[in-house]
Amino acid sequence: MPERVSMPKQPVEARRRNFDEVAQGLTAAQAAAEARRCLQCKNRPCTTGCPVEVDIPGFVRLVAAGDPIAAARLIKEKNALPAICGRVCPQETQCEAACVLGKKGKPLAIGYLERYAADCERAATREGPAVSARPDGPQVAVIGSGPAGLTCAADLARGGCRVTIFEILHAPGGVLRYGIPEFRLPKAIVDEEIRYVESLGVEIKLNAGIGQLYSLPELFSLGYEAVFIGTGAGLPHFLGIPGENLNGVYSANEFLTRTNLMKAYLFPEYGTPIKVGRRGAVVGAGNVAMDAARTALRLGAEEVTIVYRRSRAEMPARAEEIENAEEEGVRFRLLTNPVRVLGEDGWVTGLECLRMELGAPDASGRRRPVPVPGSEFVVPAETVVVAIGQGPNPVLTRGVQGLALNDRGYIIADAETGATSLPRVYAGGDIVTGSATVIAAMGAGKKAARAILRELKR
Amino acid sequence: MPLIVEQRILAPRVSWLRVAAPEVAAKAEPGQFVMVRLDEKAERIPLTIVEADREEGTIVLVIQEVGRSTADLVRLRAGDTIRDLLGPLGRPTEIERVGTVVCVGGGIGVAPILPQARRHREVGNRVLGIIGAQTKELLILEEEMRAGCERLLVTTDDGSYGRKGLVTDALAELLAEEQAIASVTAIGPVPMMQAVAELTRPYGIKTIVSLNPIMVDGSGMCGSCRVTVAGATKFACVDGPEFDGHAVDFVELRRRQSFYREEERRAVAAAGEGCRCRNA
Ligand SMILES: Cc1cc2nc3c(=O)[nH]c(=O)nc-3n(C[C@H](O)[C@H](O)[C@H](O)COP(=O)(O)OP(=O)(O)OC[C@H]3O[C@@H](n4cnc5c(N)ncnc54)[C@H](O)[C@@H]3O)c2cc1C
Ligand SMILES: Cc1cc2nc3c(=O)[nH]c(=O)nc-3n(C[C@H](O)[C@H](O)[C@H](O)COP(=O)(O)OP(=O)(O)OC[C@H]3O[C@@H](n4cnc5c(N)ncnc54)[C@H](O)[C@@H]3O)c2cc1C
Ligand code: SF4
Ligand code: FES
Repeated sequence: MPERVSMPKQPVEARRRNFDEVAQGLTAAQAAAEARRCLQCKNRPCTTGCPVEVDIPGFVRLVAAGDPIAAARLIKEKNALPAICGRVCPQETQCEAACVLGKKGKPLAIGYLERYAADCERAATREGPAVSARPDGPQVAVIGSGPAGLTCAADLARGGCRVTIFEILHAPGGVLRYGIPEFRLPKAIVDEEIRYVESLGVEIKLNAGIGQLYSLPELFSLGYEAVFIGTGAGLPHFLGIPGENLNGVYSANEFLTRTNLMKAYLFPEYGTPIKVGRRGAVVGAGNVAMDAARTALRLGAEEVTIVYRRSRAEMPARAEEIENAEEEGVRFRLLTNPVRVLGEDGWVTGLECLRMELGAPDASGRRRPVPVPGSEFVVPAETVVVAIGQGPNPVLTRGVQGLALNDRGYIIADAETGATSLPRVYAGGDIVTGSATVIAAMGAGKKAARAILRELKR
Repeated sequence: MPLIVEQRILAPRVSWLRVAAPEVAAKAEPGQFVMVRLDEKAERIPLTIVEADREEGTIVLVIQEVGRSTADLVRLRAGDTIRDLLGPLGRPTEIERVGTVVCVGGGIGVAPILPQARRHREVGNRVLGIIGAQTKELLILEEEMRAGCERLLVTTDDGSYGRKGLVTDALAELLAEEQAIASVTAIGPVPMMQAVAELTRPYGIKTIVSLNPIMVDGSGMCGSCRVTVAGATKFACVDGPEFDGHAVDFVELRRRQSFYREEERRAVAAAGEGCRCRNA
């Protein structure tokens, strides 16, 4: 059996200092060879591992046969954003985890092949899809243009609805736009995928914050017959330790928004500044933390340290991004918990930390980290980025009567339909589950679209 | 894209813009603001909604040039457009009938205090106004404020107009003269708001200040605008921008405002070299 293909990447020395995409994509020969490794299993375990049930053996067979464009079209029947998912999905815990090849050797590189097919289709001149929204179709409002909202809108338009997406920022895409950096997900690709959704007849209204410009009930009086809420989990959490408001301390959201949405890495050509010192410390070990650490390097930091209170096994980031970060020279201080941000004249100078050791398992089954008394030490840093998670933004939900929220402020919605406690109001994605994944948000958008179409037909 | 329908110069480097934004105008309340991004490469900056004409579908913005982004906005004329305008943002001011209130505006702060004075008047409060500027030619919106207040005191730092001194000098007099002041609202430079809060503290008068930390999104998703009020971290864009002046950590606010001082200088210098041909 041939070896699993490895992704061609930009050389480490160059990529540490630029914002160009790190992973360069497979060549046609590499893709075909990898696709031929697939056993075309009858019971398709990989497809069960995919939250939106892409026909994986089907599209892989088309790639092996040298027709990536047909492969991309097949994927798009289930997944409107394959160029994005191929790049950012945690395949190692989803489709590839279920792949039979993984039992003896390495699983098929499904994500690389998905990306390859989508990139080929994008490069080929593509006649736009026929507009599916019917001029007399029911009007549906979608709040938020992240993966949940975009997917829901695309499926609703395909089902004949006239869809308007309301987005509070000046550019669509949610986390795909402001969170995930250019070097991992080029914005040209996000633009292209959004254009595809628009070509289905979806209208995107930017600079429109629901809860402020219009309330939820007002949307119904404007003529919308159903509403999908996909506002994400955008409210940054801080550590709640002394010194967190010193100059030089950023939330990951601010750090990444300045860089990605506002293009601060092109300051002063672009008007938004960002400040990165010689040494950076990033608290947390999820995708957000990896993105912040690698961004700090690219903005000129000489030394960047990830500070995480649990051990390597618990780091929630995609395996590939941890590997990329390590290759680029990001240091890892594991089993380390920050207790205080140190400063001088109002500016950050470092993070005071405690060493941790693993104690008894907690409710999640993971061994709980406990501090080692007297183990204080300092990670010196002029820039500190807090990447310990996000919560639900209250702008939309504040003041809406009757919308049931859980004790953490997330919207309570049916797992199969996205139905909320309010009639004709659906929700999905991070605003329901808390920070999760792009594909999970898309899956929720899809299910809600199906339920909305059913409801509107009644 | 929102169109500028009317433009005036109020003072050197201070511009008054009437902007077509019907949806924002329909919802705007005193105390709220918008985020403005002039063009594709510009920053997003917060500006107070000084006036909202629901019938005409326009809002008024008053902008003082202090750096790169405001300089570009001050240069706009009627017929120009603004690429992005998001609002209304922030919590509206809570204005109820309470009796006598004082509205203090310093420098550019006169613009955001104006809609508050007007609303206080509408609900039947007795409004005492104090406005001030460094010098006569920098004083703005005096007529509008006079019309909105029962009584208006005007100060200039150099004595070129009105009484010589700071707005806080005039406030000290009012506090001594007037018996039942229900609240004082102060908007202006941070040191001024801090001084107002110190003046009213011994009287125990409710004092509201409008904070102006550096913002990015204006919608609660970045935390750039965080301020400490009564020992707790608040996001000025969604929890404010108005807070209890007696509980605000002004020292931290001033420090955080200076975060990008060096970059701000570079931005202005780069603009001077014409390295950014925005309209080309
Ligand atoms: C830095 C970072 C890296 C990540 N990396 C990965 C990864 O590699 N792989 C992966 O699978 N997942 C990753 N994730 C998680 C993933 O991006 C999210 O789970 C996913 O984007 C959630 O989608 P969503 O549509 O629910 O919300 P979001 O993507 O958050 O989109 C919500 C949208 O709603 C808008 N909005 C909010 N409030 C309002 C309002 N009141 N009115 C109008 N619009 C509003 C927001 O501006 C935003 O555009 C990452 C997240 C971050 C932050
Ligand atoms: C809620 C709110 C409402 C505001 N309303 C108005 C208004 O109606 N009219 C108006 O002219 N300005 C207003 N401001 C201030 C305005 O947003 C800033 O002056 C502007 O962002 C400065 O951008 P710049 O690039 O021109 O200057 P910069 O080069 O960024 O800064 C120049 C100087 O201004 C200071 N500064 C930077 N950001 C701010 C800020 N957010 N607030 C105060 N000082 C700052 C800097 O410390 C520096 O000294 C408001 C601010 C807030 C938060
Ligand atoms: S499980 Fe693996 S080998 Fe089997 S069909 Fe899916 S991708 Fe191919
Ligand atoms: S400006 Fe970003 S949270 Fe307030």
